[in-house]
Amino acid sequence: MTTHLDGNAIAGPLREIFAVDLTAAIGTCAHCRARGPLAEAEVYTRAPGAVARCARCGEVVLRLVRAEGRAWLDLHGLQSVEIRLPA
Amino acid sequence: MATLRERRAESPSAVTLAFDVPGWPGHLAGQHVDVRLTAEDGYRAQRSYSIASAPGGEGLELTVQRVDDGEVSPYLTDALEAGDPVELRGPVGGWFVWRPGDPSPVLLVGGGSGIVPLMAMVRTRRASGATAPFRLVYSVRTPADRLYVPELPGATVLYTRTAPPGEPRAPGRLTRADLAAVPPSDCFVCGPTGFVEAAADLLVDLGHDPARIRTERFGPTGG
Repeated sequence: MTTHLDGNAIAGPLREIFAVDLTAAIGTCAHCRARGPLAEAEVYTRAPGAVARCARCGEVVLRLVRAEGRAWLDLHGLQSVEIRLPA
Repeated sequence: MATLRERRAESPSAVTLAFDVPGWPGHLAGQHVDVRLTAEDGYRAQRSYSIASAPGGEGLELTVQRVDDGEVSPYLTDALEAGDPVELRGPVGGWFVWRPGDPSPVLLVGGGSGIVPLMAMVRTRRASGATAPFRLVYSVRTPADRLYVPELPGATVLYTRTAPPGEPRAPGRLTRADLAAVPPSDCFVCGPTGFVEAAADLLVDLGHDPARIRTERFGPTGG
């Protein structure tokens, strides 16, 4: 059985790339249109990178691969991301 | 870069590590840090650990549970000495957090070392003088596995394997009855994946609003 974590587990690697925390952002799944915080996505880390899947339909919403000096970020499974900005 | 100030045993297999971090920006209760270790040959390992302390001062405390075959935790729990430097990144995470200005009642449900970020919430509430009602349900395998015993006199402790003498509840996993009779609350659930999913399902089943249940899972890849 493959056990998943959740989006909280990739808060650090995402914060390395973005200026704001992305785990509290509300994503809309491009497959089923479910809306929810990235923190609640199912995240699998037993891979060369991290794979986040929609908690409702299970489709991939985000992939992040990190290597020395570079990162690859695939967001094509997200239709949009609503990010709350600091006041 | 952080420097270990002191270490304290919390249980036979868990240690609290207090770090000095010059310029630490402070943190929110529930946030974590990524700890990165680099070996002499350049090999790197990184793990996330929840912050256990309330914000205040230039530093923070982590409580680390030793995973015997782990890559990182045995080094932190057994080998790291006061004065040693450690690479910490954070604080990170903006979802699984509690803010002292929020007056809503709170239900904390922790499994094993999932208690750590919940302890930060309890300590932050205490330190800030906040009056939001808190309730804590804490599931552990045996009495020896309990963390923070002196600070949590009001917690409901559930034992899954071995209960102390005189405990009326038979040892066993979290059940619906263990979470019953809790008024509508902001729920924070943290622990191993199986525990978190079982607890969140029970809370929804008991009528809690799914939008008020926040979860954080830690997994078998830890250590």
